[in-house]
Amino acid sequence: MLIPQLSVFLENKSGRLTEVLEVLGKEALRITALSVADTSEFGILRLIVSDTEKAKSLLKDNHFTVNLSEVISVMAPDEAKYYAKILKILSDQEISIEYTYAFSCGSKSIIILRCNNNGQAIKALKDHEMELINASDLYKI
Amino acid sequence: MEIWNRHFECMDRNELRKVQGERLIETVERTYFNVPYYRHRMQELGIGPESIRSVEDITRLPFTTKQDLRDNYPYGLFAVPLSEIVRIHASSGTTGKPTVVGYTRNDIATWSEVMARTLTCAGADKNDFIQIAYGYGLFTGGLGLHYGGEKIGASVIPISGGNTLRQIQLMHDFGSTVLACTPSYALYLAEAIIESGISRDEFRLRVGVFGAEPWTDNMRREIEDKLRIKAIDIYGLSEVIGPGVASECLFQEGLHINEDHFYPEIIDPETLQVLPEGSTGELVFTTITKHGLPLIRYRTRDLTRLNYGRCKCGRTFVRMDKCVGRSDDMLIIRGVNLFPSQVESILLEMGGITPHYQLIVDRINNLDSLELKVEVDEAFFLDRISQLEGLRSKIQGTLESYLGLGIKVTLVEPKALERSEGKAKRVIDKREIQVLK
Repeated sequence: MLIPQLSVFLENKSGRLTEVLEVLGKEALRITALSVADTSEFGILRLIVSDTEKAKSLLKDNHFTVNLSEVISVMAPDEAKYYAKILKILSDQEISIEYTYAFSCGSKSIIILRCNNNGQAIKALKDHEMELINASDLYKI
Repeated sequence: MEIWNRHFECMDRNELRKVQGERLIETVERTYFNVPYYRHRMQELGIGPESIRSVEDITRLPFTTKQDLRDNYPYGLFAVPLSEIVRIHASSGTTGKPTVVGYTRNDIATWSEVMARTLTCAGADKNDFIQIAYGYGLFTGGLGLHYGGEKIGASVIPISGGNTLRQIQLMHDFGSTVLACTPSYALYLAEAIIESGISRDEFRLRVGVFGAEPWTDNMRREIEDKLRIKAIDIYGLSEVIGPGVASECLFQEGLHINEDHFYPEIIDPETLQVLPEGSTGELVFTTITKHGLPLIRYRTRDLTRLNYGRCKCGRTFVRMDKCVGRSDDMLIIRGVNLFPSQVESILLEMGGITPHYQLIVDRINNLDSLELKVEVDEAFFLDRISQLEGLRSKIQGTLESYLGLGIKVTLVEPKALERSEGKAKRVIDKREIQVLK
């Protein structure tokens, strides 16, 4: 149920994001989801791609600092109350969310979560019959 | 033009050499019998006190370096029982082990004497109000100026460093006539005064004694124009005594070295041979009157040259040029000494970062600024902003507490830092104060 995600450390300067995408673009890799967290001086680019290992080695070869992490993906109707419900399930269990991002797809939204304890989070979400998505299904979206 | 101690400062040079010889002989005896370190060094060279008969014999003696002081931390090179020490100072900006200097009551008297000469050289006397904006504390700047100021009978205002608005207010209200601080702070103050809108005519300031960091003649002109004062360059280092080693007179044509206390040599930093008169090389001092911490042939690492020509002021003491650089990689930032290797060793102890770093020194609004760029270690990069911010502030906090200097820390991507011929460029100094000819 865990989705591999790549995180790339980037200095906050123009053109850097372009360079990452150009490196991945050369090998025609598909990007399912992308988000950037930034401060005034640096940022972290988070990517879910169709071929994580390949993307990782490509980026490393091009001297990017890359980390492979795992996130959870949940599908729910794209209404705010469903997102709220998911977050509440986790907070009720005292699971903290390190970050989250989402994108919509038709009338559904795909919510990506990284929790301090992903295993516990998966169990809690399953217990509440949330629709978790595995990696191979996510790539097909 | 007043001279504080005409007897020594204008002494015939042949007579001076005799005095220096006698004092050197005494110093060598004292260090040989009281400092085991020096005794061993001299024994290794097969020499002893009997080998030194005049000042010419100084070249037979071993050199002393900052590392020797560190190796004998804290009191190993002191030449008197610790009960005779009345003051301890320590150099700024060293990791773990600062270089420690100790003064006997007599050394403090010597220091006051050479500082009285320095202030008199700058045209100050008992009628002056001396605003001492050098830091007071372990740094020798504040207290060195303080004792000299009192000795000449001036009114000393021991305001210490920082708090610019207060500096301006007291300078104005108390009628300070002499300002003592680092040249970069003087320039900063000058601009703050202009911004304050108070008319220059309401200030009585007429001269500044500036040192503890390298500065150029351009900077001098700027300070003189903006503050409308005479800017006098002074030189000293804590290992030798602190400020008071050398000072310009009002002719501003080189800094007179107090040669009856500090014997200067210019050596080639590579071969360690004494260079012919007039050559530029590394300045070396032997303290010939100090009791607490006498140093033999101490390598300052400052590059300069000596001018033995007679000065128009009447003093016969040799003059050193403004220092033109260093024979090591030491940086002086806001008066604090900093070696890139210190930063490196702190970084390596911390973890989470690669040893690839770069120090960027700049002068922004006339104040030195220091930035550290450091590459993030891939093994440590874990996808969380909070972790990176934590790392950044930990590096910043650790460095600031070790160095006693504010520093900006920027995390950069691996391989982001310039490498030339496979070797990283560790320091970028944008201040353009290296005036190497």
